[in-house]
Amino acid sequence: MSLMDFFRAKRSKASASTARDRLQIVLAHERISRDGDDFLPRLQKELMEVIARYVAVDQNKAMVKLDRGDDVSTLEIEIELPSTATGERRGERMQAASNG
Amino acid sequence: MSEVIVVTSGKGGVGKTTSSAAFATGLAMRGYKTVVVDFDVGLRNLDLIMGCERRVVFDIINVIQGDANLKQALIKDKRVDNLWILPASQTRDKDALTKEGVEKILNELRETHDYIVCDSPAGIERGAQLALYFADQAIVVTNPEVSSVRDSDRILGVLASRSQRAEQEREPVKEHLMLTRYDSSRVDRGEMLNVTDVQEILAIPLLGIIPESQSVLQASNQGVPVILEEGSAAGRAYADAVSRFLGEDIPHRFLTPEKKGLFSRLFRGAA
Repeated sequence: MSLMDFFRAKRSKASASTARDRLQIVLAHERISRDGDDFLPRLQKELMEVIARYVAVDQNKAMVKLDRGDDVSTLEIEIELPSTATGERRGERMQAASNG
Repeated sequence: MSEVIVVTSGKGGVGKTTSSAAFATGLAMRGYKTVVVDFDVGLRNLDLIMGCERRVVFDIINVIQGDANLKQALIKDKRVDNLWILPASQTRDKDALTKEGVEKILNELRETHDYIVCDSPAGIERGAQLALYFADQAIVVTNPEVSSVRDSDRILGVLASRSQRAEQEREPVKEHLMLTRYDSSRVDRGEMLNVTDVQEILAIPLLGIIPESQSVLQASNQGVPVILEEGSAAGRAYADAVSRFLGEDIPHRFLTPEKKGLFSRLFRGAA
């Protein structure tokens, strides 16, 4: 191994294992959703329908975020509630986490 | 009994046509009557890789549309006995391929040939789906690189759900991994996914590892399937893969970098 190889090996050491780890995570998720279509838009719509039964909410002020991790994935749903009777505007967050 | 083998990958440029040409030639060299069919309608290239581009008269679309019969469209290889090529059309588009037309051609070829190798176009659209629909076995060509591995996984999903065998709930398409453009020195340096990683991720049996080799370009320049280049590592790797496909137990080679002398280091000798 030449001196050049020595430095090169140090610098790029982790890239193949990074590739492997990223692939394992993304493919695990893609395989689950392979047969069904993306459920997030439907989830958002149905959640909003339920919440709208109790609170008047603006459909445009809902955010659904998904973070796919190795062991735990989190599903974060943020819905801004309308201003209270006092006129004070308050954002309230509802969070849910799911395993898998 | 004849078998339909699709060579597929999802991603383009990973070596489907090179692999189809080499593999079909290898099967023919082993004495099996083999035909290699180009499914890449509109972007015909198998004829160039096989070196028969000047002998193309009719193509698969002509046969489907009844302008020519199958016998007229098949081109017999001049170097290897038992080998025929069915070219794709260069002028038509993929919509000219129909499921019924493809089925009729494959059924006819099944009566006269042992192996029918289908060179799939890239993508997962109509052309690629038709190329794999009637397959009994699939060779999934993959580069040790993230986008290629992901696309291979996707095409494995298509094989498992949308092939005729899947639809008819018959025994599933038999899958094989062909890892191409493998550079063992980059793998050693941790710069490239190694064969174990790719195999574990895709979870299908490994048919062959084709080393990155200058001879692949040299062979395609000349229109010679690389398996006919006896001195080439890639050619020998394809010959090994054919033997494994035929049931022989052959250890994988080219997993460690070749020891190069000072001379080849200085002049980057052809692999």
